[in-house]
Amino acid sequence: MDRNRSSLDRLWHYLRYGLLLVPVLFLGIFFVYPLVSIFDLSLRPDGVLDLSGFLRLATSDYYRDTLWFTLLQASLSTLLTIILAIPGAYVFVHYRFPGRSLLMSLMTLPFVLPTVVVAAAFLALIGPRGLLNTTLMTWFGLETAPIQLTQTLTLILIVHVFYNYAVALRMIAGYWAGLSARIEDAARTLGAHGWRLWWYVRLPMLRPAITSAALLVFIFTFTSFGVVLILGGIRFATLEVQIYYQARNLLNLPMAAALSLVQIGIMLVMMIVYTRLQQRMTSASTRAPIQPNRPSTTKDWLLLGGNLLFMALMLVMPLLALVLRAITVDGQFSLAYFTGLSMNPRDSILFVPPAVAVRNSLFFAGITTVFALLLGTITAYLIGSRTLPRWIGAVFDPLFMLPLATSAVTLGFGFIIALDEPPLDLRSSWVLIPIAHTLVAMPFVVRSVLPALRNIPASVQEAAQVLGASPWQVWRWIDLPLLSRGLVVGATFAFAVSMGEFGASVFVARPDTPTMPVVIFRLLGQPGAENYGQALALSTLLLLVCLSSFVAIERFRDIGVGEF
Amino acid sequence: MKSPIRFIIVVMVVLSTAIFARAQDTETLRVLTHDSFNVSEDVLTAFEEETGITVEILRAGDAGQVVNQSILAAGNPLGDVLYGVDNTFLSRALENDLFIPYQSPLLENVDESFIFDDAYSVTPIDYGDVCLNYDIGYFEENELALPDSLEALTDEAYQGLLVVENPATSSPGLAFLLATINQFGTEGDYTYLDYWTDLVENDVLITDGWSDAYYTYFTAASEDGTYPLVVSYASSPPVTYDEDLEAATTASIVADGTCFRQIEYAGILNGTEKEEVAQQFIDFLLSVDFQEDLTLQMYVFPVNEEAELPELFADYAQIPENPVLLDVVDIEENREAWIEAWTETVLR
Repeated sequence: MDRNRSSLDRLWHYLRYGLLLVPVLFLGIFFVYPLVSIFDLSLRPDGVLDLSGFLRLATSDYYRDTLWFTLLQASLSTLLTIILAIPGAYVFVHYRFPGRSLLMSLMTLPFVLPTVVVAAAFLALIGPRGLLNTTLMTWFGLETAPIQLTQTLTLILIVHVFYNYAVALRMIAGYWAGLSARIEDAARTLGAHGWRLWWYVRLPMLRPAITSAALLVFIFTFTSFGVVLILGGIRFATLEVQIYYQARNLLNLPMAAALSLVQIGIMLVMMIVYTRLQQRMTSASTRAPIQPNRPSTTKDWLLLGGNLLFMALMLVMPLLALVLRAITVDGQFSLAYFTGLSMNPRDSILFVPPAVAVRNSLFFAGITTVFALLLGTITAYLIGSRTLPRWIGAVFDPLFMLPLATSAVTLGFGFIIALDEPPLDLRSSWVLIPIAHTLVAMPFVVRSVLPALRNIPASVQEAAQVLGASPWQVWRWIDLPLLSRGLVVGATFAFAVSMGEFGASVFVARPDTPTMPVVIFRLLGQPGAENYGQALALSTLLLLVCLSSFVAIERFRDIGVGEF
Repeated sequence: MKSPIRFIIVVMVVLSTAIFARAQDTETLRVLTHDSFNVSEDVLTAFEEETGITVEILRAGDAGQVVNQSILAAGNPLGDVLYGVDNTFLSRALENDLFIPYQSPLLENVDESFIFDDAYSVTPIDYGDVCLNYDIGYFEENELALPDSLEALTDEAYQGLLVVENPATSSPGLAFLLATINQFGTEGDYTYLDYWTDLVENDVLITDGWSDAYYTYFTAASEDGTYPLVVSYASSPPVTYDEDLEAATTASIVADGTCFRQIEYAGILNGTEKEEVAQQFIDFLLSVDFQEDLTLQMYVFPVNEEAELPELFADYAQIPENPVLLDVVDIEENREAWIEAWTETVLR
């Protein structure tokens, strides 16, 4: 019995270390190898080191300005997003109100919308002839539109908040909901109120989640591509836009590689600073988590109302504007664009019935979510391990974040030259799509799971072991419930990343498995009101499909995982 | 809780077998093309049934990306035929020796001006003209005369009316820039850069791509649009045909020097093991069946003179008499410098 037990333990021990290798291998084969291949080709075109790209970078004002602008807008966007998301998270954690979880899912929707469609939605709202301007003009009898945001930094910032608000809010709220209410109660008893409570108690308590969210948002906005390109016009360009231009238009690989390396370098520095900030927290007690209540005092109502109003204006209005456009034909309500989607008047071979696009998208998103959850959770254990040497976490943590910071065109080119011989000739295989999506989705899972994982008191796990629980049981009954919130947030974003992703999938030659964003772009690339209306209709469908999926993912937690 | 784990394992197994088991069919022809490629089902099926070839279409982004990917995969090509390299990227493809020459017998129905070289490195299939489009209603309501040349666009009458695409990120944007370079040149008292300076002073709007220029800012295609002039294609107006008006709501300006002609070519990729099958496919692309199909499918025009245009296009698409055609080698050699100089000028 005892011997049996110990050999099982040993097996478990090896199995566990074997498991930890899986995401490392995945990252190695599908990210590091293609990336190293493309850099090698770019910087040593004829076997001779070519650093002309770096030379031009160092000597050109233009690139220095681009870098400054990229840093500036990313910092501003991140700051704005976090400042706005913290009160939002407070409201979600502390209050119960009807439609709470639906609103949570609604807010995640912007994340999946193609930039072109978002740009159209915002223009319908705040463009020169948009809703807001026309209203103001009639009210005040103005001749010209009072709000002129076309191609300004302000508009870029607004849209970045629109895209990333949910990321910050969900990560912070997900972590906050798992914290003990006692600390705050104690602080109150000791006389902490108002800003003191925020400054000395809440913010420090939330620091792991805030830094996690800030890092993600920063990486996102730093590598922002579509938003800056479409809304900023040519006055604003990020490094990402430059990389795309150098690689795709000029096939200037040395320059594109130099820019990519600068971008990756900056991200690495960010990651290292972040890992420093993210000191191991003494584990907070997770008993007696905060219970949401109905708002009672005037202050409660003000807080709740203010936040809900903000969310409605900032996040729901643009989505509504989009849906309204999709169901209006010549000023009349009509579903013509939706029915038009399923017609193929030109008998085109590449016509995609909407059901097929939905199926393809769901298929890739499903695979991506499963893979990202599995690999991301294992990665979180690898990085957050208490038994492995500290350097492992310090090395792998930034490494697993890098796919987010790598431009799609760089990675796409890497795939073409690296994965070109059997058994890995995947260049024209659909498998590359979920692989690329998983690379980008994994960091979300890692970032959502890791703070919660670090908060699990070792004493609880040890106690369970002493009481005879197998490692599997420990994980199933202790870790999993505590990680469940993080897992749901991670799964939601993994799903959203895959549903909305357009970049990576266009950089690989692919057989005909068009996803919803691909079809939306195809429709937008053709003239005629009919095509445009159908693009908006399909965007509306994309929203609906994602909304139902998010709600389903939320439900999953209630079914599969018991709460403490 | 156990069943999801099992399900995941099954999914992983299925996926890994999918990765390693790739069917090799000798009669499959892989056609590498851009995202806008399209053909009627019956046209392609007829070809497949006639020849016994199965055509697999692989898409790889836009025309520029398709060429870049083929260059990166040189010698071990992603497909057998590449369709859709245009004259702005052709030189780059030829420099990298991407194609095996082929002279299709059907080229006798194609005008000389479309054929690229005597070696027949590539075969012309279709062409499209990038022209200014205007909103007919707007110009009528405001009793505004149409600009009849590129110079006219710097006139005060057209202040704040024109939207163009960024040549760095957009193919029609590049075409329009090339048209201005052709018109004003790069040397002398008044170069293309001086012209652009005047356009900027006349409040030209620059967008990133064709979709947002057309659907977001062009008055005839967007409720929010405030610009009645846009750089688009000569094939765009027929699609704006309004059944109530019994006319198109937009038209192209086809004055000399204002339109740039983009020609799309197909080529047999170097390294293919199916050269003969690929040649059959090139002949098919030039056949009347395919040539008459492509206008409605891709909004471009056939090079085969025997092919007839669909009614709507015959009525509403104007073909410029003297479109701008620039030397492809010039384009490739100067592209970067021109775009960079343009960016500096427009940003200043």
